[in-house]
Order: sequence, then structure tokens, then C-alpha cells
Amino acid sequence: MQLWLIPLIPLIGFAINGIFGHRAPKRFVNFVAIGSVAISFALVIKVIATLWPLDLAYVERGYPWILSGDLRIGFDMAVDRLTAVMLLVVTGVGLLIHTYAIGYMAHEQGYARFFSYLNLFMFFMLVLVLAANFPLLFVGWEGVGLCSYLLIGFYYDRQYATTAGNKAFIVNRIGDMAFILAIFLIFVQFRTFDFAAIFAKLPAIPADPGFGALGLITLLLFIGATGKSAQLPLFVWLPDAMAGPTPVSALIHAATMVTAGIYMVARSAPLYQLTPAVLDIVAMVGLATAVFAAIIGLAQNDIKKIFAYSTVSQLGYMFLALGVGAYSAGIFHVMTHAFFKALLFLGAGSVIHAVSGEQDIWKMGGLRKKTPITFATLMVAGVAIAGVYPFSGFFSKDEILLAAHHHAPWMYWVGVGTAAVTAFYVFRALFVTFFGSYRGEAHPHESPRSMTLPLVALALLSLGGGFLNVPHFLEPMFPLGDHGHDFTLVAIALGAGLLGILTAYIFYIVKPELPQQIASGAGGLYRLVLNKFYVDEIYDTLFVRPLINSSRAFFWPVMDTRIIDGTVNGIAAQIRNVGRVLRSWQSGSIRTYASWVVVGSVVILVIVTMAGGVR
Amino acid sequence: MTTLLDVVLFLPIGLFLLVLLIPREMGETVRIFSTIVSIIVFLVSLGLVFNFNFGADGYQYVTQFQWVQDPNIQYKIGLDGLSIWLVLLTTFVTPIAILISWKAIDTRLKEFHAYILLLEFCLIGIFVSIDLFQYYVFWELSLVPLSFMIGIWGHHRRIYAAVKYFVYTLTGSVMMLAAILYLYNRVGSFDYQVILGQISSGALRFTTLEENLLFWAFFIAFAFKTPLFPFHTWLPDAHVEAPTAGSVDLAALMLKVGTYSMIRFCLPLFPNAAREFAPLILTVSVIGIIYGAFVSLVQPNMKKLVAYSSVSHMGLVVVGIFSLTQQGLDGAVFLMLAHGISTGALFIFVGFLTDRKDSLEIKDYGGLVHSAPALSAVFMMFVLASVGLPLMANFVGEFLALQGAVEANFPIGVAAATTLVFSACYMLWLYQRVFFGPEPKELQQEIYEMQPREWGAMLPMVAVLLWLGIYSQTFMPAISHQNAAILRMMNANRELQVSNPPLATPILPAAVSMPPEVPVAR
Repeated sequence: MQLWLIPLIPLIGFAINGIFGHRAPKRFVNFVAIGSVAISFALVIKVIATLWPLDLAYVERGYPWILSGDLRIGFDMAVDRLTAVMLLVVTGVGLLIHTYAIGYMAHEQGYARFFSYLNLFMFFMLVLVLAANFPLLFVGWEGVGLCSYLLIGFYYDRQYATTAGNKAFIVNRIGDMAFILAIFLIFVQFRTFDFAAIFAKLPAIPADPGFGALGLITLLLFIGATGKSAQLPLFVWLPDAMAGPTPVSALIHAATMVTAGIYMVARSAPLYQLTPAVLDIVAMVGLATAVFAAIIGLAQNDIKKIFAYSTVSQLGYMFLALGVGAYSAGIFHVMTHAFFKALLFLGAGSVIHAVSGEQDIWKMGGLRKKTPITFATLMVAGVAIAGVYPFSGFFSKDEILLAAHHHAPWMYWVGVGTAAVTAFYVFRALFVTFFGSYRGEAHPHESPRSMTLPLVALALLSLGGGFLNVPHFLEPMFPLGDHGHDFTLVAIALGAGLLGILTAYIFYIVKPELPQQIASGAGGLYRLVLNKFYVDEIYDTLFVRPLINSSRAFFWPVMDTRIIDGTVNGIAAQIRNVGRVLRSWQSGSIRTYASWVVVGSVVILVIVTMAGGVR
Repeated sequence: MTTLLDVVLFLPIGLFLLVLLIPREMGETVRIFSTIVSIIVFLVSLGLVFNFNFGADGYQYVTQFQWVQDPNIQYKIGLDGLSIWLVLLTTFVTPIAILISWKAIDTRLKEFHAYILLLEFCLIGIFVSIDLFQYYVFWELSLVPLSFMIGIWGHHRRIYAAVKYFVYTLTGSVMMLAAILYLYNRVGSFDYQVILGQISSGALRFTTLEENLLFWAFFIAFAFKTPLFPFHTWLPDAHVEAPTAGSVDLAALMLKVGTYSMIRFCLPLFPNAAREFAPLILTVSVIGIIYGAFVSLVQPNMKKLVAYSSVSHMGLVVVGIFSLTQQGLDGAVFLMLAHGISTGALFIFVGFLTDRKDSLEIKDYGGLVHSAPALSAVFMMFVLASVGLPLMANFVGEFLALQGAVEANFPIGVAAATTLVFSACYMLWLYQRVFFGPEPKELQQEIYEMQPREWGAMLPMVAVLLWLGIYSQTFMPAISHQNAAILRMMNANRELQVSNPPLATPILPAAVSMPPEVPVAR
């Protein structure tokens, strides 16, 4: 069993396409890029089949990466049931999205570059989920961040794209800083980085009800997760990240990378179990993000931005699950969300492709007939995210909401309300896009088969994925709570989703003039939502501008040039004679310089002799 | 008896003399000759690694003979885990610095190459000297070639920058000279091992005041060289005015002299002062990390931007050192190597750009990725190394240095870790403005892409960058071993200070024990 082969093969694909791809034909690039992911996928299946039933974690020690004193970090990889779920999602959905990208990127510049970045992303994402210790997880974590940066700024001649890339990297880095500090504290506390070794030491450690040593660790880990998984207050990079090509939005910014934070917290579950206060914070932040992003999603007009805010919101649901201790429900939702959200983005990409790059839903419309496959599959995704039985979203959302109710009923009610809002704004986007009459100038057409086939595959997964009983599969790692299936609660949640769809139907198909009236009626409140609560502007005023302005106006010209350098030059002016002597050196030849060195040495020798004499 | 180390030390100075013999008209010959011989020096220095006993403590390849009878000055050199990779870094970077100057330097070729080789000699001399007087001679001598490289081949404010550099470093080192002479006065020898042995055995005791003054006399000299905030303002000027090779030597090698010397002298010789002032030094270093990043952020000049980023990175090296932990010290030494490669390469790239378009201003560039995709990609690698991305050299050093900082003092660790965020801000913004954007009209494609000679200089850098980042175990054991010995010495020396009566058997770690066959000249 060679686990390291799973990430290594996409890395080789990256190297081949990165170095030779721009000179090779597209078929070669496709073969390398998709082939490497397909091999990884096959290897994942083989590994899982071999290790079945995976009751114990299978650990494979690699060579040591960093050794220093008692600190040891190895390239160690491990597979357990949690990893198995993630591996299947990453390679499976990854393979579909790679295939889709062949059609989507066919006419784009930088074809080989795009696929080499995607392969590099697969490498780091697989390292992330296979890592058997925190620093190696961090390697994958930083690496996927890098690929996200590169792919958001893929269209590098557009300034908004590269700026969005920078923003993503830097905002993520704030979270990463917290993450790495947590890793340092873990070593201070446990003298090891290995998951298994840390968790083995936990039974001897008392729970931390507040924010002591353990609480600080889990809190910092969670702050790290809020960066990568776009939670309050660090979510601002994700909507901007939609500047990247749509397959990237689907793969990285919906299905896989952004769920790394959920995975990391679930991986650290034994630590979190000892710090209930931090778990409460996780639940609150998750719930608040779910609500906040859903509200912003109500007023967006860019189809990708709508789905981006929906991703932020759904990630909030997953953190809610983690926070109420339903780790397996969170991972379940990671999986179903990967299916239906990847589908929403790929479908959006297909729509954008059909209308020649337009992203404003108000300039689409009536596409139902022109792009029937895209329409049908997107409807499946919409119903799934709305949580309608028997679509996949129903099962995972149901698990989360029931666990939330068990933890605190008000969380359930807020979650149900958010579910209704989610159903509403997703169907708002779908109805406006596909119904009515076409309002743009392009000639809409259905996408090629390499794009529609992945759509159909993901639609089937969004439809049936809920029957994969992930919580049951993960039960050995995350015991299920004893909350039974209260049918009323399930029915209410289901009803909320249906209500959202129905309202959207009334607003955008039956009475299209209604939304405008409400928007103008709400006035200031509507503008607040439309402008995303001015969060970007607030951060800009509070952090970015003061940093740059103080550096530009004070640190460099005043502190550095005037105060420090001025002092030095002032002193220098006082001893100008020394300077004159030094300057006279400049005109001499090497012989003169050499003789100065000799003279200097002699002088020093004389001083030393005298010093030695008085010893 | 001479060892390979003597050969490595004296090859550059011998070649320096040979270069002086070549007639002035044969500039091209000087170029080719220097490139080839500097590569040979590197290959010879590889022998040092192959014959190095990684399991042994203390100095290896020791050569010693009396230089001056009275005062008691010796020629004494040796190599240990702390210095071996720094010597290798010196012999590795020098040929690259020569190679990248082929286009940029076209006047006084003979002097230029002579200075580079002289500088290599001085730097190796600093890293291998055991005798403090000899160390000091190399230290001062190293000022000469670099000052003249800046002063002769620099840009329009070169004289100001050269003098500033010279005066700054000289000022710092005067105090060190006084301290060295004071130590000689007390011990009767300049021999580092003898001095260390006497301190460890308790034969030499300092009062608190004495130790503090000596510590600061050494430390200030090193702080100027590192440079540590607020002694850093010579660095941006020196970098901006220096020719590319000068910047590379300065950033990759010269800055390491200061931090190397901190570990070599400040910690084991004055452990109590080091411990007492560690919080102060950590605080100042952390201010330097953040301050350097802030100022770097708003630089309109590429070289100044990278120069201030060096202030920030070297601040982290000092944090690692004065965390006084195994991880912190290991990280600091590793970061020295990594910074030498990554920042050296960034300066080389700035040189590549100025070779093509005579400007250091960021605003004069933009959209280079269209005409030079390969150059952009390789530059990106070093940008990523510089922001501390894992699997690149710097990450290993930063990780360990920060781990040490967190162990020493959590708030210091938090403040130092902000480098993760700030370095991303200034480096990515630089990259965006220089490389991204619409394709500029006036540039010609073939001129902008990497040339074979430039590939020849960069590929070894890339290889070492990844090697350091992925397989640190080639380098770390020697470093770790020596740092452990230094920490043992610090602790042993502290115990001596605490227990007043002199111990019957001196606690003399093997690392500092004198070779018995060598008589100590008195």
C-alpha cells in the first residue's frame, strides 16, 4: 500500500503540463491532467477496498521532513473512515470537474497552465486529507491556498482578478497564522504533532471548560478554519474569488478546498470535545454566517456570486453541525454539498458559456428550452440544496438541524428559517435564468457533451447521494447522539424548503413585479443588503488604509528617513573628518587599499601589544 | 598540517592574486576565468561535506599555527555544524554572483572579479576563524571589497551608500574590537576555544556588569551587520546603489555574518547576559519584523522593497536565536541558509529586470508574464519561498524559529507570526504590479524571456530552494548537533554562575575541549 502515490500522481501531472504543456497539443494536456486524477481516484478506491472495513486508522510513515531536538515531523499519511469519505469526494468530484473543464476551457488562453494548476491543487488537497500530523495538514492547507490564489488570478491581465487572488491569499493567511500558532501550542502541550499520539494523550488531560491551554488551541484552530472555509469575519475573499474560471469555483471554492476547515475541525474533534466553550463559539459563528450570507444572497444579481454566498451560508451550516457535536452530520453535508454545489456552479458555468460570458441573471432568462440538460440538472441541484426529500441535501441538513435542536432548540429554528431563505434565493436565480423570455443579445446554445455528462453525473449524485449513510459509516469515530427522529421537526424543515421554493415561484414567475415593490419599499435596508452590509468597505477603512497610510506617511518617510537615518547622518556630519578620510580612499588603486588594510592591522597589533604589555 | 579547509579558504585569495596578474585588456578572459575557478572552489568545498563527521562534536579540519608570538595571535581555523553550511552557501553563491554579472558589469572587469573573490575569502575566513583576532581581521577586511563594489559599480548615489555602509559597520565593530581586546587581557589568548574553556571551567568569571558590557559590545556590532532594527538604515541604500552581484553577496552572505556571530559568541560566552536581555532583544526583533514589513509594503523601488523584507526576515532569525530553544536556534540557522537562497535569488531577478530595462521602479513594469512566462514562473517560486510557503526552504526555518518563539514567550510568537500575513501582502502586491496586468505594447518578447546564462544561474538556486524545503535532513543534523552543544554550554555556564565554589571537574563539553597535542602558547 503506497498512500503517497495518491497525491504524487497529480503532482507529476502538474510537472508535465507545467513544463511541456504549452507546447503540446490539447489532447496530450487532457490525457495527462485527467489521466492523473483518474489514476488517483482508482488508487483511492483500491486503498479503501484493501483496507475495508477500515475500523482502525491505517498509518504509513514517510521519511522525516523536519527533525529538531524532540520535534519530529514526518511525511506520514493515514487513512481512516473520515479520510476515506474526503478522498472519495475530492478525487471523484475532482475527476468530474476536470472532465467538464475540457469543454469549458476549450477556447481559453493558458489551457495547459489551467490544468497544471488544477493538478497541483489535487496534489495539495490530497496531502491535506491524507496527512497524519498537523504540520503536514498545514502543507496541504497552504498549498491549496496557493492554487486558489493562482486560479482566482488565472485571467492575469484583468486587475480585478489578480486583486481578488491577492485578497484570497492574504485573508486566508490571517487564518493560517492562527492555525500555525495552534500547531506550535499543540507541540508545547503534547510534544508531538501526530494526530494519533495527541489523541492518545487526551484521556489523561482534564477538560478545559474555558479558554485555557486547550481552549486556546481549539480556538486558534477554528480561527484558521474561518479563513479557509470563509466564515465570519474572514469570509470576504470567497465572493471575490468568483473572478476565477467557473470550474475552479466549483472544485476549489465550493466542493473541496473550502471544506478543508470543516475537515480540520472534525479531525481535531477529540480536542474539541474537551473544550465545550469553543464548540459553542463554533456553532454560533457557523449559524451567524449561515444567516448573514443567506441574507446577502437575496439581493445579488451575479449568478456566481449568488452561489458563492450560498456556499458561505452552507459552510456555516456545517460549522453549526460541528459546534453542536454532530461531526458526522457536518462531514455528511460536506459530501452532499460537494455534489449539489459543484453542480450549481458547473451548471452556472454552462449557462454562462451558453450566453457568451454574461453573468448577470437579469440579462438571461428563458434558457429552459435552449439549454434543456443544464436546466434539468440545475433544478435537481436547486431542489437538493433546498432540502427536499429524497434529494441528498435533505438528509444531511436534516441531521444537522436535528442535532442543533437537541443542543439548543433556537438554533434549530434559526437554521430552518435560513433553509427557507436559501431555497428562496437559489430558486430566484434559477427562475430568473430559465423562465420568462431571453433578455440578452447572445445566441444561447447547449454545452458540449464533455460538459453535460459531468452535469448529469453530479445530478444523479445530488439526487441519490443522501442514501449513502455517511453518519452511520463514521459512527466508530463520531458516535451518534441519542436524539431520535422527531417527525414534526423533519416535516417543518422540509416545509421551510418548499415554502422558499414556492415564494420564489410566486415572486419571479407568477408576479414578477412584486420583488421590485418590496425592494423599493424596504429602501435603506435593501441597499444595505445589496451592498453586502459594506463589510469590504469597513475592513478597508479599519485595516487596509490605516496600514498603508501609516507606512506611507509615517514609518517610511518620518521614522526611517527622518528619525533613524537623520540621527545617523547628524552624527556623521559631526565627524565629517572621518568621512573625508574614507572618501580619500576611493581614488586610490588596489595597492593603496591593501596598504590601508596592512596599516590598520599594524595599528591594531600595536594596540594589542600594549594591551598585552599591561596585562 | 593543512586540511581541505585551508585549501577552501585560500583558493579564493590565490585566485584573487591570479586575477590581478591578468592584463587589464583581457576583460573577457577575466570573466570566464573567474566563473570557472569559482565553480571549482565550490566543487572543492563539497569535499568538506563528504569528509565531515556529522556525529562528532566540535571543530573539525582544525589547523593551527602561531602567527604572532607576542601578542599571542594564532592562525586557527576549523569547521563545525554551525559554519559548514554557511561556508558552502558562500562558495555556492559566489559563482552565481559572478555569472549574473556578465552583462551588468562591463567596466573594470579585473577589479570587479578580484573584489568578488576577495569577498569570498573574507566571508569564509569569518565563518572558519577560531582565533578571535583573526576573526576580527576577516570581519574588517570584508568591508573593503563590498564597499568598493558599491562605490565603483553602483548607481548615482553610490559614494553615499558605500561610505554609509562602511561607517555603520565600522562603528559597530569598534566596540567589538574593544571587547575582544578586553577578553585577551583577561585570558591571554585570542583563541575562542581557550576562552570558552576558561569560562566553562570557571577559571574565568565576569561580574554582572562586565558580562553585560561585553555582551552588548559584541551584540551591537552584530546587530549593525544583521541588520536589526533600528540599525538597519544602511541596508536599503547599500542595496539600491550596489550592482546586482553586490546586492546578492550582501543579502545572501554578508547579513548572515551578524546572526552567525550572535550564536557563536553572544550565547556561549555570555550566557547570563544573553538570558537576561533575551526578552528585550526579542521585543526589538519583533518590532523589526513588523516594521520592516510595513515599510516594505509601500516601497516604490523593487530593491528597497526586497531590502526591507530582509530586515523583516532577519528579525525572525534573531527571534529564533534569542528564543534560546533548540527549535528556535535550528530554525534561525536554517532560515539563514534559506534566506540566503531566496532573497539572493530575488535580487538576481531584480538584476535580470534591470539588465533589460534600466529601472528599479515598480511602476515602470507590468504585464511581464505575457512576454516572459518562464521568468515569471521562476520568480513566483522565490516569491512563494519568501512568503514562507511549505515545501520551500524558508518555511522550515520559519516554522522552527516561530516554534521556538512560542515556547519562549507566546505573545512574542504571535507578534512574530504576523510575518505570515505581512510578507504575503508586500510580496504578492509586488508580483501583481510587476508581472500581472495587460500586455505592455513596447516590449519585445525575445528580450524578456530567460536566457541560457540566466537559467544556468537560476536552476541551481531553484534546486537548492526545493532541496532545503523538502529534504531538510541533509542540512539539519549538523546544525542541530552544534546548537544542542551551544545550549548545553549555556546551561552549564549558568550552573557555574549559580553555584559559587568552583567545581572540581570542569564541565567542559567535548565541543570545546582543546585538542591535547596542541600546546597553548602563552
